[in-house]
Amino acid sequence: MATHELKAPLSDADARMLRSGDVVYLTGTIYTARDAAHKKLVELLDQGKELPLDLKGAVIYYVGPSPAQPGHVIGSAGPTTSYRMDSFAPRLHSLGVKASIGKGIRNDAVKQSLKDYGCVYFGATGGAGALLSACIKEAEVIAFEEMGPEALRKLRVERLPVLVINDSVGGELYVMPDLKAVGLG
Amino acid sequence: MRTIAATEIVKAVRDMCIHANHFQPADVRKCIKDGEAKEDSPTAKEVFRQLAENIDLAEKTALPLCQDTGLAVLFVSVGQDVHIDGNLTEAINEGVRKGYGEGFLRKSACHPFTRKNTGDNTPAVIHYDIVPGDKVRISLMAKGGGAENMSRVMMLAPAAGWEGVKEFVLKRVAESRSNPCPPILIGIGIGGTFEHSAKLAKLALMRKVDDVNPDPDLAAKETELLGLVNKLGIGPMGLGGKQTALSLKIEMTPCHIASLPLAVNIQCHSSRHEEVEL
Repeated sequence: MATHELKAPLSDADARMLRSGDVVYLTGTIYTARDAAHKKLVELLDQGKELPLDLKGAVIYYVGPSPAQPGHVIGSAGPTTSYRMDSFAPRLHSLGVKASIGKGIRNDAVKQSLKDYGCVYFGATGGAGALLSACIKEAEVIAFEEMGPEALRKLRVERLPVLVINDSVGGELYVMPDLKAVGLG
Repeated sequence: MRTIAATEIVKAVRDMCIHANHFQPADVRKCIKDGEAKEDSPTAKEVFRQLAENIDLAEKTALPLCQDTGLAVLFVSVGQDVHIDGNLTEAINEGVRKGYGEGFLRKSACHPFTRKNTGDNTPAVIHYDIVPGDKVRISLMAKGGGAENMSRVMMLAPAAGWEGVKEFVLKRVAESRSNPCPPILIGIGIGGTFEHSAKLAKLALMRKVDDVNPDPDLAAKETELLGLVNKLGIGPMGLGGKQTALSLKIEMTPCHIASLPLAVNIQCHSSRHEEVEL
């Protein structure tokens, strides 16, 4: 397990060298999108329309921030549960997205697409929204403003702390529950 | 007959929404602050360290504990000798509207199919109870969606018994893994009917971590099942560790001779609830 300071968007080489368990401090530009924004992005792709963001090397943060107070760029901004984006992630990986940030387990199709396209899945600490918000220096809604907390945002982050959960070679950091220990194995 | 103005209800609910989202209740706060020392793995320790820091930040700054400031769930016990001057349900919703608006909290209520946001986090989920006396007691829970999604109701066969309850709860927690933001709190409702068991499970989540069940048999069951849950080793954020759950509480009531209703309501570590008596 290593610690890396990386720039976002992520290069292919950076994404591929990461291993599950590595701690990464991300600095640069990332995008927020959750359930509704993913659905909309895929609709735009199906219609052959241009997307409001550049997918090359993109890091997508699954978050619906709370509203910004006056004088703040954003409210609390911790990760939401990732499995709800599982049906969208492989397609986005195939189009250049290099990483997503969320919390919770991913399905086999997502893990396979990490291997196929050399991508990673990062975990951020769920419920640490105030702490993570401090790493967000700029925030701008770039599409789907009508979705409120679910709008697509462009963020400038400084040293956002994330953990590599699933890497591009099949590694996984989440533990399997010990069912044997409770007599159910 | 005592009269309470609806405007008093509005203000109480507004204040509870804001306060609950910034201040972790003392019992859960203590669990998080003590959590780091109880873990062996550096990763589990780091999660607790971040959560403790997050609690301090939310108390000191204008930022809520979590961006998911929840749907507002309220249990309202209305004394039968109280007259509310105004529309009680509307007053509660107005309190939620003001709390989530003026408190810069996230509005998470939306249409189930169009997903259009209602814009003000209403309607709140309100459970009423008529009780003796001339007071109104309001308990509010700001319930996040991620942990709520991991909750289930199961109509067990009566023969399944306590062993069946344990197996269902353990498998539910095991399948949820890292999704509900462990360390979690678990509310279990047993008995009643389909919907009543779910309500009991939510009420169980309102109990404090150190609250001991007045029924010695249920108290022993709570301890036993909490111990088993923590043997699963899921740990904070699913990264492995000793503390998968901080609390497990059971509320139970008689049921039909054909049934054994069981509800498992899962709460993330950001267990935000408040209570006020008017």
